[in-house]
Amino acid sequence: MSNEDNKKVILKVYRTNYNKDDSPHYDKFEVPVKRWTTVLDALLHVKSYSDSSVGIRYSCRMASCGSCGMKINGRPSLACYTKISELKDDVVVCEPLPNFPRIRDLVSDFSQFFSHHKNMKPFIQNDKVSLDIDDKHDLVEFEQTHEDVDRYLQFSYCIRCGLCYSACPTVATDPKFPGPQALSQAYRYEADSRDDSKKTRFNIIDERHGIWRCHFAGSCSVVCPKGVDPALGIQLLKGHMLGLSKNNKKLSNLRTKNKE
Amino acid sequence: MGTVSNNKENNNINSGREGVRGWLNPTRYGWERVSYWLQRLTGLFLLVYFVGHVYETSSITNGIDAWNSMLELTQTIGGHIFLILVIGTSTFHTVNGIRLIFTESGKGLGKPGRPDYPYNPSSLNYIQKSGIWVALLLACIAMLYGGMVLFGEGG
Ligand code: SF4
Ligand code: FES
Repeated sequence: MSNEDNKKVILKVYRTNYNKDDSPHYDKFEVPVKRWTTVLDALLHVKSYSDSSVGIRYSCRMASCGSCGMKINGRPSLACYTKISELKDDVVVCEPLPNFPRIRDLVSDFSQFFSHHKNMKPFIQNDKVSLDIDDKHDLVEFEQTHEDVDRYLQFSYCIRCGLCYSACPTVATDPKFPGPQALSQAYRYEADSRDDSKKTRFNIIDERHGIWRCHFAGSCSVVCPKGVDPALGIQLLKGHMLGLSKNNKKLSNLRTKNKE
Repeated sequence: MGTVSNNKENNNINSGREGVRGWLNPTRYGWERVSYWLQRLTGLFLLVYFVGHVYETSSITNGIDAWNSMLELTQTIGGHIFLILVIGTSTFHTVNGIRLIFTESGKGLGKPGRPDYPYNPSSLNYIQKSGIWVALLLACIAMLYGGMVLFGEGG
């Protein structure tokens, strides 16, 4: 057996249960790791063989559902996307995501984060199309070129994992600030040629606790696991709002039936 | 394997919000975060300097003696060091501030595209990082020059 096969690390896990008034503390567990072991694998090992009560949230195990976000060795990361071998440390510290209310152990409450997202009206709004459609025959399609799609595609890859929200220094001090995720979604729709509701979203974010509180610390883009680059979306959006850069979007035409 | 430490409960822990503690450690997130931190610190320092400066110059209303004794304060070693810090912070704040005016209007950040693994964000590019490095370098040069003038002959 090679040395690598016997490698073990110490997993230091933040523990508390706010429903029971438990005072926060850290528990240490020794876990065997291979080159490909992720932090989530290690936590599941702990749950299977050491302490089944460790509270974690996860689902897809492949950086798609966005539920396993936590602070790993000081930085917000997805547990299923962080290999222990890449951390280059014999102690792995797992803590709940900063800037989120804590529920139990590594599980935090996403209600406020989701409500910021919802406030941005994250769906296509277009005067030509009603939002209430009962009959499937009334569903419509828009025409878009590849270039049209490239303008917003990266922002639509967001899995709402909250890592950016957790790394943002403005969110750390201002709960009313929508945060990088919600603001980059505002840009995602602003850049989408199917959407024509620019004014509504501008009114939502152009306020005291809104977009102008972002001063480009860039930390959101550093931690984003999906390449969304929220800092880019936010600065581009500011440029559009100030009228300093143009949004070259041409509103899409509706694809008509006889064209199909 | 057991409990290793107990944390004192405080309001921020349950809400999870980092508060100003979130600003204190700028080293975890790259140069842009360092720039954000320095821009704030230098801004606060310059604000304190500005208030002190208004107080200092207003001493002239109390006559030439009051003005001269105020000026003597800046001729001490501590006064010189303070002035060198003013030179450094104002240079950094100005140069980095000019970079941020462009950045925050969406200039020099690259374009959105199709992200590919390992997902290097285009907004954290070398144009931005060089802007921060240039601001730091100019601040150091200005402080060095200021130091030479203040501590040099006749300083
Ligand atoms: S922008 Fe990135 S880090 Fe933020 S919620 Fe979306 S996927 Fe997660
Ligand atoms: S478990 Fe789904 S993102 Fe990690």
